[in-house]
Amino acid sequence: MIATSQIEQEIVDRFGHAVAFEETLDRIPTAWVTRDSVPALLRFLKEEVDQPYKMLYDLSAIDERMRQHRDGQPASDLTVVYHLLSFARNEYVRIKVALAEDRASLPTTTSIWPAANWYEREVWDMFGIAFDGHPNLRRILMPNSWVGHPLRKEHPARATEIGPYQLSPEKELAEQEALRFRPEEWGMSRERDSSDFIFLNLGPQHPGTHGVLRLALQLDGEEIVDVIPQIGFHHRGAEKMGERQSWHTYIPYTDRIDYLGGVMNNLAYLTAVEKLAGITVPPRAQVIRVMLAELFRIISHLVWYGTFAQDVGQMSPVFFTFNDRERAFSIIEAITGARMHPSWFRIGGVAADLPKGWEKMFRDFIDYLPPRLVEYDKTIMRNFIFKARTKGIGSFTVDEAVEWGVTGPNLRACGLDWDFRKRQPYCGYENFEFDIPTAQHGDCYDRAVVRIEEIRQSLRIIEQCVNNMPAGAYKSDHPLATPPVKERTMHDIETLITHFLSVTWGPVMPVGEALGAIEATKGNNGYYLVSDGSTVSYRTRIRTPSFAHIQTLAPLAQGLMIPDLVVILGSLDFVLADIDR
Amino acid sequence: MTSPHPILSILGVAIVALSIAAFLIWVERRLLALWQDRYGPNRVGPFGLLQVAADSIKIFMKEDWIPPFVDRPVFILAPAIVFVTVLMSFAVLPVAPGIIVSDLSVGLLFFLAMSSLGVYSVVLAGWSSNNKYALLGGLRAAAQMLSYEVFMGLSLMGVVLLAGTFSLPAIVEAQRTIWFVIPQFPGFVLFLIAGLAETRRIPFDLPEAESELVAGYHSEYSGMKFGMFFVGEYMGVSLISAMISVLFFGGWLGPVLPGVVWFFLKMFSFIAFFVLVRAALPRPRFDQLMSWGWKVMLPLALINLLATGAAVLAWR
Repeated sequence: MIATSQIEQEIVDRFGHAVAFEETLDRIPTAWVTRDSVPALLRFLKEEVDQPYKMLYDLSAIDERMRQHRDGQPASDLTVVYHLLSFARNEYVRIKVALAEDRASLPTTTSIWPAANWYEREVWDMFGIAFDGHPNLRRILMPNSWVGHPLRKEHPARATEIGPYQLSPEKELAEQEALRFRPEEWGMSRERDSSDFIFLNLGPQHPGTHGVLRLALQLDGEEIVDVIPQIGFHHRGAEKMGERQSWHTYIPYTDRIDYLGGVMNNLAYLTAVEKLAGITVPPRAQVIRVMLAELFRIISHLVWYGTFAQDVGQMSPVFFTFNDRERAFSIIEAITGARMHPSWFRIGGVAADLPKGWEKMFRDFIDYLPPRLVEYDKTIMRNFIFKARTKGIGSFTVDEAVEWGVTGPNLRACGLDWDFRKRQPYCGYENFEFDIPTAQHGDCYDRAVVRIEEIRQSLRIIEQCVNNMPAGAYKSDHPLATPPVKERTMHDIETLITHFLSVTWGPVMPVGEALGAIEATKGNNGYYLVSDGSTVSYRTRIRTPSFAHIQTLAPLAQGLMIPDLVVILGSLDFVLADIDR
Repeated sequence: MTSPHPILSILGVAIVALSIAAFLIWVERRLLALWQDRYGPNRVGPFGLLQVAADSIKIFMKEDWIPPFVDRPVFILAPAIVFVTVLMSFAVLPVAPGIIVSDLSVGLLFFLAMSSLGVYSVVLAGWSSNNKYALLGGLRAAAQMLSYEVFMGLSLMGVVLLAGTFSLPAIVEAQRTIWFVIPQFPGFVLFLIAGLAETRRIPFDLPEAESELVAGYHSEYSGMKFGMFFVGEYMGVSLISAMISVLFFGGWLGPVLPGVVWFFLKMFSFIAFFVLVRAALPRPRFDQLMSWGWKVMLPLALINLLATGAAVLAWR
């Protein structure tokens, strides 16, 4: 296929026939390149091209061996997919590399982006694709003793497809041995000059890690020499499940990715699904979605606010913010019937119309929260001990943040006013008035400042939703909207059949692929979906902000002390399920 | 007033101190709950008052578990030290005229000595546990409490200068005309801060630092050994509160009501203040705490002492 977009032309000018192009449903310029030209091309895109693609947004792979519809694509068993983001162009580019099964390796890009480190380990872990020259190519989500690569199509998806689990004494010993901590394997030395290091195991059960995160700390006294996170304890194979669940029944699984984000996850997933299906969501449904998503942004930020203060050693705020969150949940509950995981958005709209009296609940909340925030400013943000603990601790520059794939409030705290709601509006965000809060220093305190202001901005958006809620349908009448609008089901046979198929098998999405990315509570959450023209997704890739953020821990914490590490962890605002999926 | 039999007063003070400490557990939980928009323990007995009883039964019945990797004798000794030193300090505490176990002429020094000994408990607990978190907690405790001890003693010397004695009942009597909190306000503030540090409560709970060190120096303790640290902490709180009222607020002195009532009234207001501080403040970092201690508190205490000394000299 010929080059259609500007960047594709630039790639052709430079790399000529080594590149082929593909058109995708999300209209992201997509280029196929050969294995050996990957580093050169990526370096070209990051450093040489005008308006460069500074961020490695995502790196994943697709097992193509069972895929039936690959018209116009080069032959490939395993395809590695790079998503790059250019802030100057406000545009993504997708680079694909075709690999043969028996030669599943390609050169590493860790020298171009430090952030590639974990992504490449994940691709190795999940697909068995090796990256030559990677500094530490170990499994990342699965245990070291795991056999097989789970996202390969031949790997069983559920326990019933494999034999019962047996733990023989030999296996038990081997598993225990595999758990033994050897600093060398983690890339840490045991001593420096005249001092022996202490190795402190922080987590996976530790009050400061907000979940099952394990950190191996290399300490000189209480000073952190290095910190290496071990993740994967919360891995539940969400991407693999995407390959068995119908497009519709996968929605509840998304709620549990960023489990503080509730319907925000539905929104990210459905943005991608609706791009595949070509559904335009009716205005009322859009506004309802925005309203609930922003309420969940507030809910998530409130949890962060309280727990962050607790990480700094303040014991009361967590009770205050959780009480506020409870009020927000009572609204969510009245509308959706559930609290943390409503799974309430549907393909083409939302599950039901708003109940009677919803405006009053929102208005009460909009009046209730701002005075509370003023109080928290006094008790938390203006407390001098709090300031002494958070200012100048764990700071990024914009360039470093971009380099590490940091998005969301953490990126805005460095001074870059990049908000996907404004830059690449989705779901009708272009119709709302709100500001993008930013800060300057990118330290723990500034990250807090940005989030707190975001709560206020979200309230503004919600207020606009309440004041301007359009009338009309809450779900699209597109044939792929699921479950379909039911009004005419009992009146004509065509609608009845569509309805029946759509609720029993589920909708069949058109062949193609799409990335749907939104400004979620913690940063950019993207779903990259590949449809092979069936009732289930062929590949569901979930790009989460927390994964990128937690990888920055080592550079942020080196040279500081354990209390600072805990504060940095709190300020990054991650959720373990969002890291491990 | 004639003193009761020494054994009786020893028993009396010990029992009262212990029951106040136990009662404080309930008070603190209810007060914290009040300030944190929640209920706190309100199920066992009226207003949850019997929660303490239920907790004590539970903690006494727990398995007395000593991990195999600890330094056994020291591990067992450590919680006893905190308990004993705090109880010993109560011996010199004048509750009301004549109600005192032992009116030592060096009562104040005895109190300071005992609170210095209390540091050993935390350090030894952290050391003997053979646990890295406990060790870090113990190290922090040693550094923190040693540096805060220094100006704790100094902050009280102003009071001694004014009263001209180390005996606590005499110090109370010396406040008949004016409570020492007025001439010795800087000393009061410094002692309050040092007292918070001495009892290892927020914002000085670095040796425990739940969000960082899990439970710090007492990570490996359970059952009644943990209970000793726990109750010891509350006894420390009541001791410091009592000392503040004796040294700066005229102890039992006060109009109309009997002296004992005044004493407990003052003491409980400071206890409530301690709880309020815990509800309000975050925790500074270890090095910040040390630099505040040495660079701010110690010079202030010295200046206060110099100024008081000069004033006393000029006055007489």
